[in-house]
Amino acid sequence: MNLNEEVELLKRVPIFSKIEPAKLKLLAFTSERVNYAEGQELCHQGDPGDAMYVILGGVADVLIDSEKGQIRVAEMKKNDFLGEIAILCDVPRTATIKAREPLSTLKISKDTFYRLVDEVPQMAIEVMRELAHRVVDTNKKLQEATAKQAA
Amino acid sequence: MQRNLFTYIWRHSRPEQVVILGLVILAQVFYFLSLTVPKSIVNNGIQGNAFKDSKTIPFLVWELDLSAVLPVGVIRLFDGFQVDQLQYLVVMSFVFLAAVVINGQFKKTINTQKGRMGERMLRRLRYELYDRILRFPPAHFRKVKQAELATMIKDEVEPLGGFIGDAFVAPMFLGGQALTAIIFIMLQNWLLGIVVVVLLAVQMAIIPRLRKPVLVLGRLRQLSARQLAGRIAETADGVNEIHIHGAANYERADISERLGRIFKIRFDLYQKKFVAKFWNNILSQATPFAIYLIGGYFAITGQMDVGAVVGVLLAYKDLPSPIKELIDWDQQRQDVQIKYEQVIDQFQPEGMMPEELQAIPDGPPPPLGKELVLAGVTVSEDGRMKQLDSVSLVVPTCRRMAVIGQSSSGKDVLGQVLARVTLPTTGSIKIDGSDFFRLPEYVLGSRTSYISHETYLFPLSVRDNLLFGLKIRPVAPATYDDATRAVREVFWKESTRAGNPALDPNADWIDYELAGATGPADLLPCMVQALKQVELDEDIYSLGLRGTVDAAQRPDLAERILEARRALHGRLQNETYAGLVETFNDDRYNRNLSVAENLLFGTPLGKTFDGDNIATDPYVESVLRTTGLDRDLQRMGLTIAETMVELFSDLSPDNPLFEQYSFISADELPNVRLLLQRLGGKGIEAVPEGDGRRLMTLPFRYTEARHRLGLIDGAMEDRLLAARRAFETGLPANLRGAVEFYDFERYNSAATLQDNVLFGRLVYGQAQAEARIGTLIAEVLDELGLRNSVIEVGLEYNVGVGGKRLTAAQRQKLGIARALIKRPQLLIVNEAVASFDSRTQDRIRDNILASATAGDRGVVWIANRPTQAEPFEQIVVMQGGRIAAQGAPADLAERGGLYAELMTAA
Repeated sequence: MNLNEEVELLKRVPIFSKIEPAKLKLLAFTSERVNYAEGQELCHQGDPGDAMYVILGGVADVLIDSEKGQIRVAEMKKNDFLGEIAILCDVPRTATIKAREPLSTLKISKDTFYRLVDEVPQMAIEVMRELAHRVVDTNKKLQEATAKQAA
Repeated sequence: MQRNLFTYIWRHSRPEQVVILGLVILAQVFYFLSLTVPKSIVNNGIQGNAFKDSKTIPFLVWELDLSAVLPVGVIRLFDGFQVDQLQYLVVMSFVFLAAVVINGQFKKTINTQKGRMGERMLRRLRYELYDRILRFPPAHFRKVKQAELATMIKDEVEPLGGFIGDAFVAPMFLGGQALTAIIFIMLQNWLLGIVVVVLLAVQMAIIPRLRKPVLVLGRLRQLSARQLAGRIAETADGVNEIHIHGAANYERADISERLGRIFKIRFDLYQKKFVAKFWNNILSQATPFAIYLIGGYFAITGQMDVGAVVGVLLAYKDLPSPIKELIDWDQQRQDVQIKYEQVIDQFQPEGMMPEELQAIPDGPPPPLGKELVLAGVTVSEDGRMKQLDSVSLVVPTCRRMAVIGQSSSGKDVLGQVLARVTLPTTGSIKIDGSDFFRLPEYVLGSRTSYISHETYLFPLSVRDNLLFGLKIRPVAPATYDDATRAVREVFWKESTRAGNPALDPNADWIDYELAGATGPADLLPCMVQALKQVELDEDIYSLGLRGTVDAAQRPDLAERILEARRALHGRLQNETYAGLVETFNDDRYNRNLSVAENLLFGTPLGKTFDGDNIATDPYVESVLRTTGLDRDLQRMGLTIAETMVELFSDLSPDNPLFEQYSFISADELPNVRLLLQRLGGKGIEAVPEGDGRRLMTLPFRYTEARHRLGLIDGAMEDRLLAARRAFETGLPANLRGAVEFYDFERYNSAATLQDNVLFGRLVYGQAQAEARIGTLIAEVLDELGLRNSVIEVGLEYNVGVGGKRLTAAQRQKLGIARALIKRPQLLIVNEAVASFDSRTQDRIRDNILASATAGDRGVVWIANRPTQAEPFEQIVVMQGGRIAAQGAPADLAERGGLYAELMTAA
């Protein structure tokens, strides 16, 4: 896959959709393409994080440690991004991400991410939007869970 | 050392000075001859005074005038030759010439002798000063600045060398010359002589007086220059603090102030010097003035012949320079004496270590003794704060003992005292009844070891640093062939003459026995063992992987590494490692190598093909032309340039992305953009020659797998492969040495060990490829038993100034390993592990303790955390510089008190 094809893929990723193609190309060029084999971990819960990932192909499981061992809480597929929390607020990884099938990702380092946000504020807004969606989603799940517990 | 420079010089160079003085006196005879001969030439040879009565006179008459002792009177040994006036003139002229030549010969010999003596004395003085540094009491180094010591030994004693040769000779020689000239003048005319003497006396009285302020300023200049050197060193040492605190301009102010003061001193000096020079000139011209006037008067009135006046003038012509030099010498004498005193004063601090403590042992050092007994040991700085307060303690040299206490308890000072780094103010330490401070350093250095939290590493290899503590005496002399040996013997003879020791740094100084080895052959396992104890072996191993080995030097190792390469490539066939490494294959384009690397397909040696040079190399250009690739590569360069302009144009030039990712630097980007605008999409044919060259460097840096611009397709790969082959087959003989081609069957001396084993490139973008392949390489090397060999290569890594090429933790670990490798009878660890994390601290402690217990050797562990003390046989609890309690851990725990408090607080 060459750069132009990567750019085409990135255009379809929601957080990058509003970014002009030239910038996307810069992002693709300055980021590393990393492939994972089935079962390999992208990141491990509790480890320090220094990069976020955009999935360009394949499916990954989101696993969280619990008393009963790891439980799968979500899955990530093409066009999803992950790992942004660790680089936004300097906390250890909040979950383990494991490739369920051969996975192809774009690894955006913390430095590159911040520099891009500097250059393209639009991107920050897109990330905010996505994070807000996730909060709404989480709240909804929480409500359902509490309702279930009350019942 | 003597305070008086003259005494010092005389004491160490008496025989040489006497020889030179003898030569100088002998030289005076010929000097006098060269003065009298011209008079005879003028009077007899030219004016013919002696030939008025007869046509010929006898020449070279040898007479012994013994009339004073024997009645016979004058004995004539030889009647001489009869010569006429012309013959006389010729002969006397040649006599004059001969006298001049002999005079010159003497001067040459005397100067050579003086020079050698001066340099020898300078060497002696420098050595003695350095020797004293090694014997300074440890506390003295808190007061002196290292740069000042260096300046003193290097620069300040330098003028002494020049002077030492002249110290006795110059006054004798010049004085002799002046005296000869004066006597000669006196002989011609006593009145003229007296006038000359009086004028000279006036000069000699006034000029030194004029020069007095010059000397005072000279001393100031020396001091200020020395302080400047110290100040500059401080800036270098504290450069981080200066930047952190933004104090650069405060530092500038200080230096500017100092330089201003130095300027003032130097300019004053300059002015005073020229005032002195002016008067010097006036006074020295007063004498010829008198000779012309008075001598001329005598010649006119017939009281003196013209020849005599010419002789006096000639004699005088030579007089001012010896006199002037004599005055100069006197000034230099005072100057040098001052310099000498100023240097010497800095090198005799109180409490210098006696010389015999640093003697070289004849054989293996004796054991340390059974126990150290401290009685009433007190350490206080300036007599105020007592860091140790009458400590009495018995330290058996085979016991594992820990010292705990709070940070101001004095435990660290106790460690320093045991290592003799700090000397007690009062109290005594005895080792088996004799004074601990009389124990020679070679016993202390070989039988004990001390590590504190700060470790200094020398800018040598890891190996040299590790073995530093084993180099106490030359164990086996170096082997030389006959010719070299002869040269070395002469060298050592000269060393002895200058009072330097004839020790050979090329000898084998490593005491293998101390390390538990029998010789160089089985030293490596001992080194690895020491590194393992401090968990540094892994680090050195990875340094080794990144190091290189010359196959010519170590053919055995090169062969084993090739074995590892074959083994690794066998393993890589396994499916789990598929797609992680792209092997160097002569028949395939390697997408994980740059175009340049693919073309060269080897490691560049030297500069010819290194970096961007390959793009502009004429041979590479010719290869590209013949394969028709030059246009295509330029076209590729143009595409890269376009992409770069597109990607990076909007970024600010200081954006770090440029440095990391762009093919084109931020400065050059506008030029490239202009070029592209001029082209207006016209394509490569329109690119001017010079710009074409610039575009050429771009494709050479391009790596398909990394940059992913899709520039190299299958067809292009084939053409680049063809170019690779053309490059190799056509490589002219003079460029053969500029590249080491990749060859699976050959070891590549220019590449690192790791690259040699890997023989390929990690594929870009494969998760954890580096870690997985790293593990695989380690496995393979382990299986082949090559781990220690790799560590051996890593041991050659140079640690840099102060060890700064290692991390702080590595430095400290190496420092501990250096102490452990000699298996000391008593090891003192003074909070040396404090900088590691607590688990590492405990592991290293356990390693040290286990090895000491196995060898029944003693350890004094000054604990940075009280809990570290638990596994020790005996624990000393300290508080406020005193021992609060001591005993076995169980007893102390039973008693409670401070021990329990410290243990629970931790």
